[in-house]
Amino acid sequence: MEIPKSFLGYKRENGRAGTRNHVIILPVDDISNACAEAVANNIKGTIALPHSYGRLQFGADLELHFRTMIGTGKNPNVAAVIVIGIEPKWTKRIVDAIAKTGKPVEGFSIEGVGDIDTIAKVSKKAQEFSMWASEKHREECPMSDLWISVKCGESDTTSGLASNPTVGNLMEKLEPFGVHLCFGETSELTGAETVCAKRGKTPEAEKKFMKTWNSYNDFILKEATDDLSESQPTAGNIAGGLTTIEEKAFGNFQKIGNLKFIDVLEPAEEPSKGKGLYFMDTSSAAAECVTLQAAGGFNIHLFPTGQGNIIGNPIEPVIKLTANPLTAKTMSEHIDVNVSKILSRQMNLDQAGDELIKATIRVANGRLTCAEALGHREFVMTKLYRSA
Amino acid sequence: MTGTDIIIHNKKDNVGVVVIEKIIPNQDCNCWIMENDDSTKIQSKNEIPLGHKIAMTDLSEGDAIIKYGHDIGKVVKAIKKGEHVHVHNVKTKKW
Repeated sequence: MEIPKSFLGYKRENGRAGTRNHVIILPVDDISNACAEAVANNIKGTIALPHSYGRLQFGADLELHFRTMIGTGKNPNVAAVIVIGIEPKWTKRIVDAIAKTGKPVEGFSIEGVGDIDTIAKVSKKAQEFSMWASEKHREECPMSDLWISVKCGESDTTSGLASNPTVGNLMEKLEPFGVHLCFGETSELTGAETVCAKRGKTPEAEKKFMKTWNSYNDFILKEATDDLSESQPTAGNIAGGLTTIEEKAFGNFQKIGNLKFIDVLEPAEEPSKGKGLYFMDTSSAAAECVTLQAAGGFNIHLFPTGQGNIIGNPIEPVIKLTANPLTAKTMSEHIDVNVSKILSRQMNLDQAGDELIKATIRVANGRLTCAEALGHREFVMTKLYRSA
Repeated sequence: MTGTDIIIHNKKDNVGVVVIEKIIPNQDCNCWIMENDDSTKIQSKNEIPLGHKIAMTDLSEGDAIIKYGHDIGKVVKAIKKGEHVHVHNVKTKKW
């Protein structure tokens, strides 16, 4: 198949391009969710991104909170942003960082005003942003404007056999076009960590990967109460035939094909070493991982599933593929691309990779994913430890 | 091309994955080896559902299970060729 050279995206002020054109209402903290949701309910064309944290966090955990908030606002799938926090200081820090992209952003704080007057004020600004964004239109963008993140979930052995290698095939075919690519799931590479580390493009990248994996593994060993049975692998993984974390890891690892990674990113960190594949240190829980990748600036996501994970994300469209014929049949409303014919050998990996590229471009051009049509907007902050 | 019951990732692997809805005891199964596009046959001893693994050789306690050409865990209860391989007879070497 000849791979298309372009897609139709929204060109942003900072030179990036979006596959979506969202106006988001971003609460800084848990107690500002009510305001954000009221505004999104008032003003059509806006979405609120409620979450559970943002108070009394400190140190690396607070920095991650800010990085996730700021990165979400900066993502090119977002046209304009309203930030609402209880206090002005943290709100302003987020607004100022997002403003560097050149996109419209405004912050509001609730203390001393109350919810009702805040909702009224914010609604007026949100209406202005929504109507402004509605005039943005899609333009031809080079494939290199695609920043593709990947993560698998509710995996089974069909993931490692077929759906993950399909993603790997897409990566091998699109990397030469200068796309940015990202995989994560530090804990789910356990067992395959030394093989994965060898995929570092430089000795530095290899060392950084092992340091990151060791640190995550030490944390798991410190907190583990038993052999993590039913957590890793999950009960769903085991039902699908996966026996050990090592088996799951080697299946997981198929998603990067034969590529090498340039660098290891902190959670929610934006890549800065140019086009190519990056590894991001993330949890393996689906919504946490995709939220961090979206905050890193990725604008389209590929999600292979075995037993049928149903995750979506509010700003980054999540394309789901499966190779499990039972899942494709029983959960068809969640599956964008069915590659189960690989198992019956009626389809090969090359054909499956082409199908996934076609679906990716259609979604990049604006076709809704199953998760978008079904209203999946899982926005889940990663919390590193308890608040002070 | 048709009629593949089991797929084996790598020729070094000592397990294969069932890729039809299930195999039944004493079924003569066609296996396809992805890595070198070779094929082999095996007779099953248990009913094994889609996605679950079958032992391609006799395995003793302490042996490594090889899949993708790599070690994915240790045998904790002897397994006969053609038997179901899963959490009841294999454990992780990690956690």
